[in-house]
Amino acid sequence: MTEHSLTASHVVEYDYTRSLGPVLSHFVTGLRDRVVRGTRTKSGRVIVPPLEFDPDTYEDLGADALVDVGEAGVVTSWAWVHEPRPSHPLDQPFAWVLVQLDGADTPLLHALDAGGEDAVSTGMRVQVRWAQDRVGGIRDIACFEPEGAS
Amino acid sequence: MRDVAVVAFAQAPNVRRDSDRNEVEILMPVLHEVREKVGLERDDIDFVVHGSTDFQAGMPFSFVGALDAYGAWPPINESHVEMDGAWALYEAWVKLQTGEIDTALAFAYGKGSPGDLVDVLRLQLDPYLVFPLGIDPIGMAAIQCRAYLEGVGRTEADMASVAVRDRRNGMTNPCAQVTGEFTVEGLLAEPMFVSPLRRHDCPPISDGACAVILAAGDRARDLVEHPAWVVGIDHRIEAPGLGMRDLTVSESTRIAAEKANASGTFDVAELHAPFTHQSLILEDTLGIDAAVTQVNPSGGALAANPFMVAGLTRIGEAAQRVLDGAAGRALAHATSGPCLQQNLVCVLEAREG
Amino acid sequence: MSGATDTGDTDAPADLVTGIVVPIHVEYEYTAGEAASRFLSHIPERRLVGQRHGDHGLVYVPPRGSDPANGEPTDQDVELTDQGTVTTFCIVNVPFAGQAVECPYVCAQILLDGADITFQALIQEAEVSQIHPGMRVEAVWVDDPEPTLESIRYFRPSGEPDATPESYKDHM
Repeated sequence: MTEHSLTASHVVEYDYTRSLGPVLSHFVTGLRDRVVRGTRTKSGRVIVPPLEFDPDTYEDLGADALVDVGEAGVVTSWAWVHEPRPSHPLDQPFAWVLVQLDGADTPLLHALDAGGEDAVSTGMRVQVRWAQDRVGGIRDIACFEPEGAS
Repeated sequence: MRDVAVVAFAQAPNVRRDSDRNEVEILMPVLHEVREKVGLERDDIDFVVHGSTDFQAGMPFSFVGALDAYGAWPPINESHVEMDGAWALYEAWVKLQTGEIDTALAFAYGKGSPGDLVDVLRLQLDPYLVFPLGIDPIGMAAIQCRAYLEGVGRTEADMASVAVRDRRNGMTNPCAQVTGEFTVEGLLAEPMFVSPLRRHDCPPISDGACAVILAAGDRARDLVEHPAWVVGIDHRIEAPGLGMRDLTVSESTRIAAEKANASGTFDVAELHAPFTHQSLILEDTLGIDAAVTQVNPSGGALAANPFMVAGLTRIGEAAQRVLDGAAGRALAHATSGPCLQQNLVCVLEAREG
Repeated sequence: MSGATDTGDTDAPADLVTGIVVPIHVEYEYTAGEAASRFLSHIPERRLVGQRHGDHGLVYVPPRGSDPANGEPTDQDVELTDQGTVTTFCIVNVPFAGQAVECPYVCAQILLDGADITFQALIQEAEVSQIHPGMRVEAVWVDDPEPTLESIRYFRPSGEPDATPESYKDHM
């Protein structure tokens, strides 16, 4: 028997290329063009990010059901990250937030750059901070910031 | 419905890092022990199914290699789920219901230590709009936690009391990993981790494995004195998007419990709640009265949380109390996915349904 | 990635983004385990030591901790040689990313003398067209072997007469 097991380092890496489909293609293209879109369901609810189907009736909704929503909204829940990890979108402490954008009925998950934990509360108004270089993806929203911050 | 019971349960000691053994070597003694408890040879087991994820092991098709711990030659009747082992048990239960088999082994293994488990768990998120954000399941649980606290009016002290309970209970479980006497005041004095979660609100990272043997009808009666009859079992899933869910309740648990006839009182409940607030949500949803039901006598997922294993362990721990004659009616719950996305409820009784 | 071809709607802008690249990167520190560590610990001595369960179990190399036929621990060491017999092989003609050897090359299953399962290795120092089942081969080691299988550079023909088909027919 050996004293301790041998160990070896290993890195697993894949560059997955994913097709977005008819609805999310329009959603991320909208983000590139600084517009946030949602799906209007048969009952009139607006779901953000959009869905391919109606969550109430399971009907195929497709790109025709897409509507534009506002780029500002209300925080419905949040968490404060004291020590960001390498995967996180901000290097300094920040909040994960659910933001219900104006005109939407469901909240969107993203990050909020608020300066400090004391500056964040459920119900606060926030707005999109657009990324400088937008390519079509959720990170075209760099993060959210308190409304009126810029 | 065919009468099906849990007749044996075994588990490996849960540790933060097993530096000496690979996954097969952790599993092998567990699979031997569970068979020895009921005197079954490999040939006596009609079906073998297990739960694990290759991303945790960091090895494609690691689940095939894991069969080396059981022995698969000549070829055996076998299956695998990329789910917690509780869902492997569900598949075994379904197969027993078909009448095709009389005995089944469900097992699970999870070695959280080789990779960074937080990064591994990110891989289960929606790859289009959520994974690229870089969010991890702890951040998501923290969002759920605040929605629950503010929506329902519970407190961080309520959460700390869950950690105190589970860590204390874990002291009597030789396989538990994080145990001891703590106080609510002491835990609340600790700094925030991802607010409103402190470290004691989050599960440990564990290396572990467990196994359960199921048997039908007379086979179960012949094997043990007090079979733990599975009188109800069901699982339900919710939308992956957090914005699509009411985070203050667990609707999928509620429906699974209803379908599993998990009403009335229980002597014991083993809840797979990796985060303290999730235990509160589950206790609310399942209507558990702590005055009559002992919750998580094993210490639950806060005392040890081997990923892909801890749910099956809850069923095993709950069943063990019935097998021991200590409980007449036990409730077991398992979860999978971030923020209680998918939930399984299992009712175990000393009397057959 | 752009193009309106696969969205199915005719009003789509020509520069519609239809795909995203989502790289994943996870780092691991593997534990070889007791059995593999024991096997690898002999490699610096240029020794290949297989393992079996009990006195009569099948001999596995490299061992992974259990007898995969019956799930019993491989608790006994069995000294093997670094010579064996080619049971089957393939000739690789297609290059791929990260390939270390020039095409065409041979990847063979080799039954080490005393082992019950074959061992996968490269064969070099031989014309590809000359390699055949039954051919006797020997390991070529690196100068300073470390506890890793990369310490065997490859196998090469040993010059011995071919093994009889009877000696390896149960290991194909």
